[in-house]
Amino acid sequence: MTMFLTIAVIVLVFLVIFQIAKASEYVAVLKGEENSRKQTNKINGFLMIGFLVLGLIGVWYCNDALYKKTLLPLDAASVQGERVDSMLWVTLAVTGLVFIITQILLFYFAYKYQESDKRKVFYFPHNNKLEVLWTVVPAIALTVLVVIGLRNWFYFTGDAPDNAMKIEVTGKQFGWIFRYPGKDGVFGKKYYKVIDPASNSIGLVWKDNAELNLKDDPASHDDIVNEQTMYVVKGKPVKLIIGSRDVIHDVGLSQFRMKMDAVPGIPTTMWFTPKYTTAEMKKITGNENFQYEISCDQMCGNGHYSMKGVIEVVTQEEFDMWMAKQTPYYLQAFPDKDPSKQKADSTTAKPAVANAATMLKAVAKN
Amino acid sequence: MSNEAVLHAHEAAVHQVHGDHHEHHHHETFITKYVFSMDHKMIAKQFLITGMVWAVLGGLMSVLFRIQLGYPDAHFPWLQDILGKWWVQDGRITPQAYYALVTTHGTVLVFFVLTAGLSGTFANFLIPLQVGARDMASPFMNMLSYWFFFTASLVMLSSMFVETGPFSGGWTAYPPLSALGDASPGSKTGMDLWLIAMALFVISSLLGGLNYIATVLNMRTKGMSMTRMPLTIWALFFTAVLGVLSFPVLFSGFILLIFDRNFGTSFYLSDIFVNGVGALPNEGGSAILYQHLFWFLGHPEVYIILLPAMGMVSEILSTNARKPIFGYMAMIGSLFAIAVLAFLVWAHHMFVTGLNPFLGSIFVLLTLLIAVPSAIKVFNWLTTIWRGNIRFTPGMLFAIGFVSLFISGGLTGIWLGNSALDIHLHDTYFVIAHFHIVMGVASMFGMFAGIYHWFPKMYGRYLNNTLAYIHFWVTIAGAYMIFWPMHYEGLAGMPRRYYDYSIWESFKQFADLNRFISTIAIIVFATQLLFLFNFFYSIFKGRKVTQQNPWNSNTLEWTTPIRPGHGNWPGEIPEVHRWAYDYGKDGRDFIPQTEPIGADESHH
Ligand code: HEM
Ligand SMILES: [Cu+2]
Ligand SMILES: [Cu+2]
Repeated sequence: MTMFLTIAVIVLVFLVIFQIAKASEYVAVLKGEENSRKQTNKINGFLMIGFLVLGLIGVWYCNDALYKKTLLPLDAASVQGERVDSMLWVTLAVTGLVFIITQILLFYFAYKYQESDKRKVFYFPHNNKLEVLWTVVPAIALTVLVVIGLRNWFYFTGDAPDNAMKIEVTGKQFGWIFRYPGKDGVFGKKYYKVIDPASNSIGLVWKDNAELNLKDDPASHDDIVNEQTMYVVKGKPVKLIIGSRDVIHDVGLSQFRMKMDAVPGIPTTMWFTPKYTTAEMKKITGNENFQYEISCDQMCGNGHYSMKGVIEVVTQEEFDMWMAKQTPYYLQAFPDKDPSKQKADSTTAKPAVANAATMLKAVAKN
Repeated sequence: MSNEAVLHAHEAAVHQVHGDHHEHHHHETFITKYVFSMDHKMIAKQFLITGMVWAVLGGLMSVLFRIQLGYPDAHFPWLQDILGKWWVQDGRITPQAYYALVTTHGTVLVFFVLTAGLSGTFANFLIPLQVGARDMASPFMNMLSYWFFFTASLVMLSSMFVETGPFSGGWTAYPPLSALGDASPGSKTGMDLWLIAMALFVISSLLGGLNYIATVLNMRTKGMSMTRMPLTIWALFFTAVLGVLSFPVLFSGFILLIFDRNFGTSFYLSDIFVNGVGALPNEGGSAILYQHLFWFLGHPEVYIILLPAMGMVSEILSTNARKPIFGYMAMIGSLFAIAVLAFLVWAHHMFVTGLNPFLGSIFVLLTLLIAVPSAIKVFNWLTTIWRGNIRFTPGMLFAIGFVSLFISGGLTGIWLGNSALDIHLHDTYFVIAHFHIVMGVASMFGMFAGIYHWFPKMYGRYLNNTLAYIHFWVTIAGAYMIFWPMHYEGLAGMPRRYYDYSIWESFKQFADLNRFISTIAIIVFATQLLFLFNFFYSIFKGRKVTQQNPWNSNTLEWTTPIRPGHGNWPGEIPEVHRWAYDYGKDGRDFIPQTEPIGADESHH
């Protein structure tokens, strides 16, 4: 209903505008085109300066209203992110200055040099000095930005430190799968043709397969696989090895200022060092529901917008505890191969679990 | 006295000027004159009007998906009545419809409106008129160019009506998503039609482009040396060169995609397991290869869209500031530099695809290098209006608006071109803001400037000024209100191409802003209808042009009769004696290109 009303109002406004427009053309012809042209010229000249002033106020107002909703007021949540932010500020300073100066000149000139019978235009077809000036100055400014940028770029894309924790991330329509190498620290082999969505979501090679010419890789037997939530450790670099099971996705980590595509068939990598645990971020942001979200940043189908993962940044102890509770994916698929279950006496496992439970409670209190 | 009578009081004068080209007309039927025309001016109008139809459709699509973004929880049953159940269910636009709309919006605005509609219109219209030629080098190829475009349009349009929906994987159509019908319903028949339409479109642009190049190089009138050409022609020339060199690469990319889709090849496919289907046999392909092929056109394409606007803006600024364009040679040089560099920066769209970091760093360098010629152009435009005597014709307003938008959007390119920053900003609303301001809206402004400026030459009538002023001021204010705040969404990391943000803790704080943006977008769209009305009304009822040279301009098109026939000049084609920018020289307001250099004229 409101929509129809709106449309009716719009049509009405249209008609009114059209009548005014026709009438003004009519008046213009009667008054003499030259005169009325000069008059509208004045109005438009005035609007130019008006637009400049209102525009700059608008820019300020927009910043005032929206700045606090961006990521910038708070510290970046990764060591690398700090460098992204500082680079962002330098770039903003340079481009912001140019923006203000050129927009002011543009609209001010337009206003100042609006047509007047008294003015004689300045025939000024070229001036080499000026042209060299505005070739060289931008070139220098850009060189500075490139140098800063490339230093960061090589740092970000360079090798991860040796102590980095490795996690494999696999995108699929529409969710994320994470794999940890398990106790042996080695990711077992995988092959996409043995994927079984129910029990082997990334296709670990844990069985001989003569048809596909695959041999059981024991390194895959202790790999930990889970979905949707990834655990990493505060202060410890983490290296992600990223792939996709179907179409291209993208691991977008806005709080860490990082992003990398997940491409089927071509593994990519990314590493970063988280600075704050999720719990700490809840305090910093003042948002009880805060989460480090993994947003898929590459169009991947109709569910793209809901392809969400979560990163829990925890302390080392919490991580160890969490890890201790994980069952290797292999054993989930073949429960009968689980040595702890075979023994039937699970006394050795119990204390660890109990211990973990109390620690989790402690975490929750924080 | 009636309105009509007042407006046409000068009719008699018009007829006189009119009279002298009639003898030139060979016999024409409706079909040869308006449909299968080989007159470059008519073909230009065909491109323009087809482009406008697409602009309205593409704009309408953006209104629809902005409704979804602005009012994600609202229900609009009436939308369902209009569009049907496939598009709207339960009063809400479906995700698939949303993605189909976004994709089609992007495709048609980039290719059909701002490529065909812009250079198709103005290259056709202005090249022969401004270089002094009777028509294009090959009028027949020119006609074919339009009809290929028209057919492409029909195919694209038909894809809106297939059962599985139009293609919905984004205008860049990255495989594997675009290659696998099983991965997304939009990648089934809709994608086949999309590819056919685009292939036809590529043929259309190649036919057009080759023609433009041939005409500029070979058909200039006596005295029209390359360095006397108006900057419009230079810009349209480089545009055509860019298109001719890069569209074939896109075409090859499409061919490989067609093979992967239909003939079981693995150019782009490897190691894929599709939910509900299982593992695909393809191995060894590279999904990234497509991106290289696509962006090798894709980046030049953005300049194909921008350069014509730059050229027209240069011409219009100079004419209406009554002052020569500042740094003519530097303007050509920077166009040339942009045209060359445009081919060397494509991978800046691929910084986060796993590109080799060293290669990435080269692309950072070259990308930021392209900002230098852009800066030269901006400062030259500013100097052009400095100490001029400015007439705010509607064309001039849009030209000034163009410069403002080009500055705003170009500067954010410097952010994105620096890979270490792009890691953070890639595929967020920051990119949306960047390219809509610098390319979308700015080139639209260039196009509007061109339409307002050359409408009198096209139709022998003026557009209504009051409507034009309203159109300009609402559009520029609205464009900034829509796209400026999007930078902030991008700085929060908000990803583009999301149907709904409400489940995201990190992005849902922008619900109010999204509603604001959508509201403004609807208002701005409505204002474009005002322009549309003005356009069609004025073709038939506008104030008639009574002077041969209404803007007191130097260029050759204003030496033709008010309504030039096929062949443009009734008699000999005029000879050219000087560059196009002698405004305000030696105390004279303007000196047309056809006027010989005077004995006592000053040198510069
Ligand atoms: C100052 C010069 C410019 C620089 C340095 C620059 C840089 C960039 C970069 C690096 C991107 C990729 C961003 C990303 O996806 O993360 C980008 C996107 C884009 N730019 Fe520019 N740009 C400049 C000017 C322009 C111009 C003049 C146009 C058009 C006329 C343009 C149109 C586009 C478009 C359409 C996209 C987005 C394509 C897409 O992903 O859908 N840019 N620009
Ligand atoms: Cu996605
Ligand atoms: Cu680009």
